[in-house]
Amino acid sequence: MKNKSFGSRLIAAPYIVWSVIFIVVPLIIMFYFALTNESGVFTLANLASIGKYKKAFGISVLYAAISTLITLLLAYPMAYFMTKLKVSSQRMLMMIVMIPMWMNFLIRTYSWITLLANTGIINTFLGKLGLGPYKLMYTPGAVILGMVYDFIPYMILPIYSVLSKLDKSLLEAAEDLGSNGFTKFKRVILPLSKPGIISGVTMVFVPSVSTFYISQKLGGNKTMLIGDVIEYFFNLGPTYYNVASAISLVLMVMILICLFVMNRFSDDDDGGVII
Amino acid sequence: MKKLSAFAVIFVILLSLVFSGCGYEYAELNLRAEYARDLEGTTLTVYNWGEYISDGSDGMLDVNREFEKLTGIKVNYLTFESNETMYSQVKNGGVNYDIIIPSDYMIQRLLNEEMLAKIDTSKLSNYDLIDEQYKNVYFDPNNEYTVPYNVGMVGIIYNSSVIKDIEHSWKVLWDKKYKDMALNFNNPRDAFMTAQMILGFDLNSANKSDWDKAAELLKEGKPNLQAYVMDEVYGKMETGEAAIAPYYAGDYLTMAETNPDLKFFYPQEGTNIFIDSVCILKNAQNYDAALMYINFLLEPDIATANAEYIGYASPNTAVIDNENYYYYGNEILYPKKENMPKVQYYHDIDDEIRSYYETLWIDVKLD
Repeated sequence: MKNKSFGSRLIAAPYIVWSVIFIVVPLIIMFYFALTNESGVFTLANLASIGKYKKAFGISVLYAAISTLITLLLAYPMAYFMTKLKVSSQRMLMMIVMIPMWMNFLIRTYSWITLLANTGIINTFLGKLGLGPYKLMYTPGAVILGMVYDFIPYMILPIYSVLSKLDKSLLEAAEDLGSNGFTKFKRVILPLSKPGIISGVTMVFVPSVSTFYISQKLGGNKTMLIGDVIEYFFNLGPTYYNVASAISLVLMVMILICLFVMNRFSDDDDGGVII
Repeated sequence: MKKLSAFAVIFVILLSLVFSGCGYEYAELNLRAEYARDLEGTTLTVYNWGEYISDGSDGMLDVNREFEKLTGIKVNYLTFESNETMYSQVKNGGVNYDIIIPSDYMIQRLLNEEMLAKIDTSKLSNYDLIDEQYKNVYFDPNNEYTVPYNVGMVGIIYNSSVIKDIEHSWKVLWDKKYKDMALNFNNPRDAFMTAQMILGFDLNSANKSDWDKAAELLKEGKPNLQAYVMDEVYGKMETGEAAIAPYYAGDYLTMAETNPDLKFFYPQEGTNIFIDSVCILKNAQNYDAALMYINFLLEPDIATANAEYIGYASPNTAVIDNENYYYYGNEILYPKKENMPKVQYYHDIDDEIRSYYETLWIDVKLD
């Protein structure tokens, strides 16, 4: 829309109003709280105190990185496999990927408890075979599993959309030039699907690193991710709004830096990260 | 568009099917006091804990509806999840609340900040029903500001089908025998309490090193625990997922209804007792209606319905001595004098110590 007519502006107005109220204003409030003390005087003390929570930052980044990697390793073959199928089967599989997303994410996470618990479905089944019970729940593995499960559609979708639009003639050309299957994948398909991978990694890593609910329900509250620390402070009431905002601010800046670096990488190709 | 409206219509029909048949039938109440209708048409705003009043579910009394019918006063009933949320709402929220029902330490804070109005108990004809042992408590030594509503103590629940003999001590949460079987509170004050009791500390210690020692003990016990939980304790204990958990006596009774294997004891080191009391705020808009409401809550029929619905101990002698009361003579809710555990109340802790232990809790979690 090059010529912004009055009409087109009018159409955009509700969204602009919406984003100002619910994105810009909250951000300003967050900045304000992060940079002031309880009585509203400017201070950097909140930001300086963040060192205390470096372990929570560390665990969050580690968990998020592991779950992003697992998600990628699972999602890429899945997306690739889907593109090889008949269109009707592709639609069918797409539905299967999407259906869990129709359900509330809290419920999906909660349902893992019924699966993983000592008295849960998996252990009951193993018990019938004379195995276990194994401690599946309240482990770091359970938290990572929860993240992988909750966020995997965000990895499959962008990779699938890139792969399905791949120009078939490029693959034929590669074959004509004598590439075997592996070389074709390594030198043609993989580089061309990079925008999808980058977009998928972003969409999985960012929510994973800031998540709080999954770690509480599947980790048994025995550790705290940085999202848990923020939530804990907010629940304790207004005295902690400043430090909680400071942590949020730092987390946000970290994420923005990561995104910036990643975007630079994708710019080398034809860019265009779909977020 | 047709599809959309069809969807909406069917959704509404299904909803109305689900919620039909919810008509409430008023009960025949035997009332001790007289209730004038001179405040008819006014509104009373009550701010209470969630699920903390008999609300007409399962064929029980709907206390607020009965009060409205009796007096013509409209009850605007709102609920909170924690003393702290209640506090910040009352302090900064836009609503003018008349009645609030906080716990002991929060009442102490509200009184320090002069936010509560005096309650002239001589105007409450049912006040004589309050048991003497719940009068003159530390936060209101002369009974000028509060009327007790509910009382409770923390104890330990265990599953007797898994554990036969258990030491009656907080130490069971640290016992290697019960690795991965025990739960603890997922809030700092109560979790610290379990450690403070073992160490023999004052729960309201102003000494940071006491809190440090308690935190060390909690860190030591963390690998032994299955999880830190709050409300999830119900499901975990009822299904046998966990075998030991500290929680409130009244909630234990609810769990034992589902799983009769669950047993309960008060640890020998002592425990925490709480009282939730009815207060009127200084800026109440409808003070006289508030008095009337408090007197109504003290009515034997109403107090019994509430005590049965909530399941905590009632400070109302008309409930305790009522042979038809569901928990009549229950020794967990109302232990005999000789079985009464050593108890400590929570007091309002000064801001510095409070933020100290609230931050220590993160250290415990991140250890």
